Formats: sequence, structure tokens, C-alpha cells
Amino acid sequence: MSHAFVEVQQAAKRFPGSKGSADLTVFENVSFQLQKGEFVCIIGHSGCGKSTIMNALAGLDSLSDGAMIMDGREIDGPSLERGVVFQNYSLLPWLTALENVRFGVRARWPEWKESQVTEHSLHYLEMVGLKEVITRKPAQLSGGMRQRVSIARAFATKPELLLLDEPFGALDALTRGVIQDELLKIWSQDRQTVFMITHDVDEAILLADRIFLMTNGPEARIAEAVEIDLPRPRSRGEIVKHPHFYTLRNYLVDFLVNRASDLRTLSQDSRGLHYPRPVNPVAEASAPATYHKADAPASASPKLVNLSAKEKHHG
Amino acid sequence: MDRTTTEWKLSLNARATLLAVLLLVVGLGLWEGLERAPVLGGGEELSEYELLMGGADETARVPPPSAILERAWVELSNPFYDAGPNDKGIGIQLGYSLYRVLTGYLMAAVIAIPVGFLIGMSPLMYRALNPYIQVLRPISPLAWMPLALFIIRDAEASAIFVIFICSIWPMLLNTAFGVAGVRRDWVNVARTHELSPLKTAFKVILPAAAPTILTGMRISIGIAWLVIVAAEMLVGGTGIGYFVWNEWNNLDLTSVIFAILVIGVVGMLLDLALSSVARLVTYQE
Repeated sequence: MSHAFVEVQQAAKRFPGSKGSADLTVFENVSFQLQKGEFVCIIGHSGCGKSTIMNALAGLDSLSDGAMIMDGREIDGPSLERGVVFQNYSLLPWLTALENVRFGVRARWPEWKESQVTEHSLHYLEMVGLKEVITRKPAQLSGGMRQRVSIARAFATKPELLLLDEPFGALDALTRGVIQDELLKIWSQDRQTVFMITHDVDEAILLADRIFLMTNGPEARIAEAVEIDLPRPRSRGEIVKHPHFYTLRNYLVDFLVNRASDLRTLSQDSRGLHYPRPVNPVAEASAPATYHKADAPASASPKLVNLSAKEKHHG
Repeated sequence: MDRTTTEWKLSLNARATLLAVLLLVVGLGLWEGLERAPVLGGGEELSEYELLMGGADETARVPPPSAILERAWVELSNPFYDAGPNDKGIGIQLGYSLYRVLTGYLMAAVIAIPVGFLIGMSPLMYRALNPYIQVLRPISPLAWMPLALFIIRDAEASAIFVIFICSIWPMLLNTAFGVAGVRRDWVNVARTHELSPLKTAFKVILPAAAPTILTGMRISIGIAWLVIVAAEMLVGGTGIGYFVWNEWNNLDLTSVIFAILVIGVVGMLLDLALSSVARLVTYQE
């Protein structure tokens, strides 16, 4: 049994091709682990299947192949243990901000008294700075406020794993920065495990412990897991002054711009369990040769979790 | 420049009211003027025939607005009198009609909304039931009347059945449409919060589909009020439809026109009532 909190092994998503043609493989051989309390971001170009991986983790979508295990149990359908923040906020428009948060809290703790539910919801709304607008409906809130309500709802239910699907994708840069700080603040209180999709390299460096880099689809995979060992607590203003910041940033941008499409054709890991290659660009920059050697054996792990056989269509 | 445009905008409501009143006055004035019986005689002696006819015109005329207003005053000042089967106050007749419409309508709602929910949630049920709905829906509700009279053997219940059958379709189809169109995101919110199917239906799908359902209910009440007049003309006995037909048989056109106006006003009030309910459940996305 793996000891990681979340274990994803050889996940694949394929869509049946039209008559005669081969199946379209969005991604395959996606394996990774999340440790408890870890903040992991996943970056990749559109169409590489990030959202499918996230929806599968949420239990909203199913994989064609592979296994997902959280806390020793296979992920099979949605659960309150996995909270989701969608890009389009997904607030219920007929409920006020407070009622939307209460909706989540009530579902999580049905036995709680009304006053307790309200108090708990208010606490989280206050944490994202929305105490004044709790009686407004989503249509009367700005995009940033709506996403704050959505974040408050997700954190208020205290899930074991939080899945954020490009939560700031639709927001302007200023609002985005403010909410990133709030997200860090609220996360550092409970230290939940977070798995987040983003397109923003700076955002990923600010938030994440590790960044997964996906190659381009179709047949995408997670190529590397970049370690971000910048000291916490981090803030937007301070982090850019850190000597390692630009090393990390350049490495990520280089991957996305130059290497994401080339790596796709590599098929040496099409069989067997491979976790993404852990990369530490800072260490690599100072001693590239030794780092690679030391790292090589660790990247492939033979331990496969035994699950009921699922349909395989390799080849 | 700006000031003049805002002044124009501000007066739009007032101008509309003014124009409406003007149209009313001109319309009623023309009607009143054209339909007045000609002043007879001109000093001449009335012939024997004219005396027999009470000085009336040879062709019957549509009664003028003043006569209708007079009748309205008489009817509305004592709307609930009951002087036998053929002579009841307008209030009593309206009461009968409203009772039938609301009974048939509520029965239809009780069936149409759950069935619509089912059809909207399940593609299987939608495909299985759709052919029947498509065949039954275009049937004129009055075509059911003979069959209803034969099976139910009661005129009153048959009228209610006709209302039921005509108001069920818009509610059914709108409910199905509204439920099927609930945004995937909102259903996912219910799923990630592990809501039971029943809770999902009441806490997410019903409020999300409510505006569409209410639209269907509004169309239905309008159709039901249209149909009740025709149905009551057929079954007879009581109701505003019977009142119209009875006054026609009495050649009392003044009462007929008065009743037509009353039907219009009541229909408008029914629609207003439902639209104010609809406003309660409407949300902005």
C-alpha cells in the first residue's frame, strides 16, 4: 500500500474515435502522489487534460484507465472529503453569499444547529473579507467577490483535499493578487492538501510546494514535478526578490514555451509506473550533472497498487 | 441637449397614459355617436307600426358605451344576487368559473410538475413519453368534451376535466424543459456536497428550474381562462361562459359586452397574480 495521501496511477482518458480511426488519447500514464498538507499546482497548455484529471479526482468524471486512491480508498464518485472550486464560481444564483456558504456547511454537518451553521459560515466569509456583502446574491457581486464566496464555501466544509480548477482564471491581475494572498492565509490556517490548476507561472510559484508540468495534448503526460522550496510564509511583494525566484520562473517558462510540445513524442515511459521526474531547478543550475544521476533511480517506482482489473487498451 | 432628452424620457409614462386615455375617449365617443338610435319623428306623427315597435329602429344596434356603463353599475352594485337558475349575479357566475378553472388547473399542476420533473431528469422517460405528448398536446380541449361527458357523466366535472387537460401541457413541457436545462455546474455543486437525489431535486433543481416552470404555469392559466368560457357555453347551467350565452339568448347585448369586459379583466388579474409569484422565484445569473 502506498503511504502517500493521494495516489494516482497510470490514469488515462481516451475518447472513442469515429468509425475506423483510432481512439483519441487525451492523456495517459499519468501517475503522481500528493502528500498530506501539500500545495500542488499543475500547469500545462489547454487541451492537455488538466481539468479531466481534476474532475476525476473530484469524482465528477471517470477515467478510461488507471486508479485514484485517497487515504487508502479508491475515489469513486464525489465526496465531501474533496472540495471543489470551479473557474466559473458555481454559486447558486438564487441564494445570497451567506446562504451559499451555509449550503456547503449544512451539507457537511447536517446535525448542526442553525446558529452554529451560520456562525461557522460567517467566520469563513469574514476570512475572505466579505462580511459586508453577505446578504447580496451572486449577480450583485463582482467576479472577485464571487470567487471569494466560492473559496469560503470550499474551505468552510473542511475537505481533506481541495481541488481548485483555475480559480482566478477569469479575474483581473489586481483582484487575482488580493485573492491569492487570502487563499494563502486561509490555507495556512488549516493546511489542507490542495491541488490546483493554473495557467499563471507566477501564481504557481507563489502558492505551490510542487508544480507539475504537463506536456501538450493529445497523449499528454505529466513530465516533471518542479520543487518550489522558497521559504514560507510567502507574499507577492517579497517572493520576487528571492534569489531563486527567476531561476524557477525561467525554468517553468522554458518548459512551457520550448519543451512542452517536444516531450510529447517521448514514449519511453508508455509502459510501467512512472512518477513525474522530480526537478529542482535551483539545485540543477548549480550542479546539473550530479543532480540528474542521483535522481534517475528515484523517478521510476515499481510499486503498483493492486486494484480490480479495469479495461486496458494499450497499443 | 441632455436636459431635453431626459425630460422626454421622464414624460414617456405620462405621455403613454395620455395617449391611452385619448384613444379611449375617441373610441368610446365614436361608438356612442354612431350607435345612438336616430331621433325619430322630427315633429311628424308616429305611424301605427312605429308606435307598436315603441319607436325603435328597424335594425338592432350594438348598445352604446353609456348603456354598458349603466349595466355595469347595476351588476357590480349587487354582484351576488341569486334569483333562480337563469338569473344570478355576475359575482356568482365568476365564482363558479374561477372554481372550475382553479380546480382543473391545480389538478393539472399536481400531475404535470412531478411528471415534467421525471421527463426532464431522465432521457429515457423523455423519449418514451414524448410521442404521446406530441399527439395529445395539439388536441383542442373542447374535443375531449363529449368523451368526458360520457365517461364522467357529470357536466360540472367534465368542465373541470377540460380545464385540466388543456392546462397540463404547457406546465408539463416547461417543467421538463426547465429541469433538463439546469446548469451542469449547479448539479455538480450538489454532487460534490453529497446531496441525496431528493435534496438535489428540492434544493438545487427546483429553484433553478422555477422561473421556467412558472412561465409554463402562466401560459396554462391563460389557456384555462380562455377555454372555460367555451366549455361553460357547452355544459351550461352556471359560470361566466354560460352567462354570456344566456344573455345572447335573451338578446341582451348590453350584458354580453359587459361580460366580455369582465372576462378580460379577470384574465388579466389571474396573469398578474402568477407573474408576481414568478417574480419571487426569478434569479439573475
